[in-house]
Amino acid sequence: MAYSDKVLDHYENPRNVGTLDKNDPNVGTGMVGAPACGDVMKLMIKVNDSGIIEDAKFKTYGCGSAIASSSLVTEWLKGRTIEEAYAIKNSEIAEELALPPVKIHCSVLAEDAIKAAVADIKAKQAAKVTA
Amino acid sequence: MSLNYFELFGLEPIFNIELAALESNFRKIQSESHPDRFVTAPAAEKLSAMQQATLANEAYLSLKNPANRAKYLLELQGITAISETNTAMPTDFLMQQMEWREATEDAVSAKDITALDSLLAEIRVEAKSLQDSLTSLLDVQKDYTAATDATRKLIFIDKVSEDINRAIEQIDI
Repeated sequence: MAYSDKVLDHYENPRNVGTLDKNDPNVGTGMVGAPACGDVMKLMIKVNDSGIIEDAKFKTYGCGSAIASSSLVTEWLKGRTIEEAYAIKNSEIAEELALPPVKIHCSVLAEDAIKAAVADIKAKQAAKVTA
Repeated sequence: MSLNYFELFGLEPIFNIELAALESNFRKIQSESHPDRFVTAPAAEKLSAMQQATLANEAYLSLKNPANRAKYLLELQGITAISETNTAMPTDFLMQQMEWREATEDAVSAKDITALDSLLAEIRVEAKSLQDSLTSLLDVQKDYTAATDATRKLIFIDKVSEDINRAIEQIDI
């Protein structure tokens, strides 16, 4: 199957690969997995006190489209608020990367990773308020 | 009415099937529907024998592999274990997957077959324990929700094993 140029670019030069300090109260982690293809994706975001994402890192084991989807979203996330991040739709990711129908689930994985990371940071913030 | 895969092989629809019975019933259907036996048969019979052989192949592959068998049993209950839009898995399970993936990557770059073999052994223990719980969840407790979770995990584990096996082959060459 032919990958689009954008997928290849992200696959060959993935942006923001790595991890952030998971114990940092300002860091949210999203872990998701797709049993259908065995892909695992970990997305970490660092949020400042105004709720803006300062940094994003990912680690993905999966096909080129899964890696490209997560690489792309780390670029998109920086500078956005967590609400804006939460609103990112998999269709936007799929469209940007020109994913074929059989690879749409990779963009679903990336969207779900964002949602999981945002949920994690919100849970951490709520814990901080009650503490 | 068409037969389900278990009925096709005359098996009880359970997870803990007798693999020997599956094997021998599959061979029997295979030989009965073999094209050589239909060389002079009318076209309609040829076609139906071919369809029977294809169905038997498909059914055999679905039932032979434990993860596929569990998935199929759940399908018979109207449950789709694997959907592309369901990416939620327990975090500790995904962490474990990540660790296995990382360890595989390290071992591959070090061309360390011993490390890959021991990873495979560790993963096999996990697969075995999931299969044991599937026997109890599907055949005894009929707890299809828990069985769906276990099936999803087993499919994941199958993928990791496949990747490690492929890595070992590549290093071996």
